[in-house]
Amino acid sequence: MLGFTALELARFQFGFTISFHIIFPAITIGLASYLAVLEGLWLWKQDVVHRDLYHFWSKIFAVNFAMGVVSGIVMAYQFGTNWSYFSAFAGSITGPLLTYEVLTAFFLEAGFLGVMLFGWNKVGPGLHWFATIMVAIGTLVSATWILASNSWMQTPQGFEIISGRVVPVDWLQVIFNPSFPYRLAHMTVAAFLATALFVGASGAWHLLRGNDIRPIRIMLSMAMWMLVLVTPLQIALGDAHGLNTLKYQPAKIAAMEGHWGNTPGQSVPLILFGWPDMAAEKTKFAVEIPHLSSLILTHEWNGQFPGLKEFAPDDRPNSTVVFWTFRVMVGLGVLMLLLGVWSLLLRYRRTLYQSKPFLRFAVAMGPCGLIAILAGWLTTEIGRQPWVVYGVMRTKDAVSNHSALALSTTLLVFIVIYIAVFGTGVSYMLRLVAAGPADISDSERQGSHQTQRPARPLSAVPDDVDPTIDLPESEDR
Amino acid sequence: MGIDLPLIWAIIIAFGLMMYVIMDGFDLGIGILFPFVPDRDDRDTMVNTVAPVWDGNETWLVLGGAALLAAFPLAYSIILSALYFPLFLMLGGLIWRGVAFEFRFKANDSHKPFWDKAFAWGSYVATCSQGLALGGFINGFEVKDAAFSGGVLDWLTPFSLFTGAALVVAYALLGCTWLIMKTEGELQRRMIKLARPATLAVLAIIIIVSIWTPLAHADVANRWFALPNMLFFAPVPALVLATTWAILRLLGGEPHVGPFLFTLFLLFLGYSGLAISLWPNIVPPAISIWEAAGPAESMGFTLVGALLVIPCILAYTAWSYYVFRGKVKPGEGYH
Repeated sequence: MLGFTALELARFQFGFTISFHIIFPAITIGLASYLAVLEGLWLWKQDVVHRDLYHFWSKIFAVNFAMGVVSGIVMAYQFGTNWSYFSAFAGSITGPLLTYEVLTAFFLEAGFLGVMLFGWNKVGPGLHWFATIMVAIGTLVSATWILASNSWMQTPQGFEIISGRVVPVDWLQVIFNPSFPYRLAHMTVAAFLATALFVGASGAWHLLRGNDIRPIRIMLSMAMWMLVLVTPLQIALGDAHGLNTLKYQPAKIAAMEGHWGNTPGQSVPLILFGWPDMAAEKTKFAVEIPHLSSLILTHEWNGQFPGLKEFAPDDRPNSTVVFWTFRVMVGLGVLMLLLGVWSLLLRYRRTLYQSKPFLRFAVAMGPCGLIAILAGWLTTEIGRQPWVVYGVMRTKDAVSNHSALALSTTLLVFIVIYIAVFGTGVSYMLRLVAAGPADISDSERQGSHQTQRPARPLSAVPDDVDPTIDLPESEDR
Repeated sequence: MGIDLPLIWAIIIAFGLMMYVIMDGFDLGIGILFPFVPDRDDRDTMVNTVAPVWDGNETWLVLGGAALLAAFPLAYSIILSALYFPLFLMLGGLIWRGVAFEFRFKANDSHKPFWDKAFAWGSYVATCSQGLALGGFINGFEVKDAAFSGGVLDWLTPFSLFTGAALVVAYALLGCTWLIMKTEGELQRRMIKLARPATLAVLAIIIIVSIWTPLAHADVANRWFALPNMLFFAPVPALVLATTWAILRLLGGEPHVGPFLFTLFLLFLGYSGLAISLWPNIVPPAISIWEAAGPAESMGFTLVGALLVIPCILAYTAWSYYVFRGKVKPGEGYH
């Protein structure tokens, strides 16, 4: 298709399906913890506003969770259908980690999600809060297993290769591989940040529409506090993760920085913008800040780190792509910091809920946490190339023997189905957000509605919103 | 002799797949029966009977995939790449019907017929592709240097087309008898009428597969018809006939739970018949569970989690079926 090779199409298919998938678990992780905090506040302060917010966000959580489950089924099979050589070679390590992830998620869904979504009137308040906390912990444990698997592919250790297959020798080393703690912390905090931005944008949108009620204000305020506290932490974590990457995957850092080579005794400037050209082996149109890369990456005024030319051309990741995806992520991070600082300033002036430019900025930043997550993942995954297991197996040796025709057929169908299905789901979620948190009388009615107890997340949502994509009338008949 | 980890894992995966076939079987069957039930209220009742349980059912499929990768990476890589298209169609069908299932309740009246059709089509596509995959699996895969070396359409044979259609009929019978248990009145009578031909069709399918596979595969014929084996396995066909007879007899009276339980047993017999034919191969025709097994370190590590969690899942599942026991009346839903 369009002159792409089967390998490129398989990579694109994986990138497409996992990019769609990661959005939902990221919000699931953030919202689960947010809900646990809201319910805790309700139990502690007995202020109905927290209970109403809990009910409001738990409906959105339910839809989002279901989307995550459905898009996740594809991932469990894609390793085998599209990356069979990788599965045969390294399945002995990634398989058990994935199985533990499924078992954890399964256990969480079976044990506590039902109580959390449908048990408000069925169990006592303490037990209900416990269920919410267990769901929040469950989402974090799930993420831990997946990130252990991904981190092992980035910085593998704790294994031997026996007759052409990976054999684990030390599971603790496999799980706690060098990049795992950094990746786990960076991704978890990213999920919290993306959720805070989403919640904040929802609140700001309602305020802009004149829906200035207490739950909306509290929603925005909590989201902004989260942003103020967590953005600096995320920047520090990102820096630490970068240093870890420099130690274990120096080629990735060189590609991210568009850094081709060192002159003895000279510092490395930070290239703010430019166009890394893989063929010409240099970064064109570079706008540089002297010494800054040395300072950031080596913490020395004239420190040096390897440039891309020090790696064989076959071992270089695509600098043009990761240079920019990395800058998108960092740029959005700076905007998040700005939004947080602005909110502090407005709080001090007591105009947080009135400033139109600020509220518009907050709405615009709504999806930016998710975009930053995608940009970050693109950076770390494309930056790992040409390896699928870093330094151990090349991506071109991992892919199944499918033809470009077979792959482009399935890719096109995936794109159509995903856009129709998840587009509908997301529009449904946004309509729930637009409906806003209920007032007190509404939530009483809601309470009696929740006595039934089906085990499906989407059923936690009342049926009065039509999520259907606008189909032409003729198709319906 | 130590613990036979490949054997334990083969049993766990076979059990998980059977749970999936049985449990998702009847809810896919509901979608398959949609074209036979035009009335919208009846359709709502049908869907409501499985509403509380269906997505728990599908999680067994994810567990099966992940456990196969963990315990038998070689089998996972060969089978999944060989069955690329049917599995891809299955996933597409499952996603499509899964959301259609939910959206048909949330949609307004003018959009509802669209999601109804989507639900039925998704169920047919998912079931049929599972059957195609099963047929391809029984036929076996061309393997060279521990990798699938056949063509992308190798799974497409007259036999797999037959199993594709066969699974649609089998799931329809499961759906039918499930509804006999869960509904009453006109809808239940309609299901009883449908169940009779469906039962006979399933019997015919089992007989055809039992003749077709030994004719096509000499080792399957040897397994069943070599002398001591034949005596051991003789109860399987006998039980199949007895079970079919029992279902038909129950349908003549005032059936309730009986037909569903016997249908489950019938499918279990079919499933164990296949297991007898293929044992001990996990990648037919020549790779056994011991040859495809991953390292003991991987199997042992994962077994700890599986043994802790699977009993909890079973207990919870049983409890949730207990909570939602009894007939579903028209208009009374979980929605």
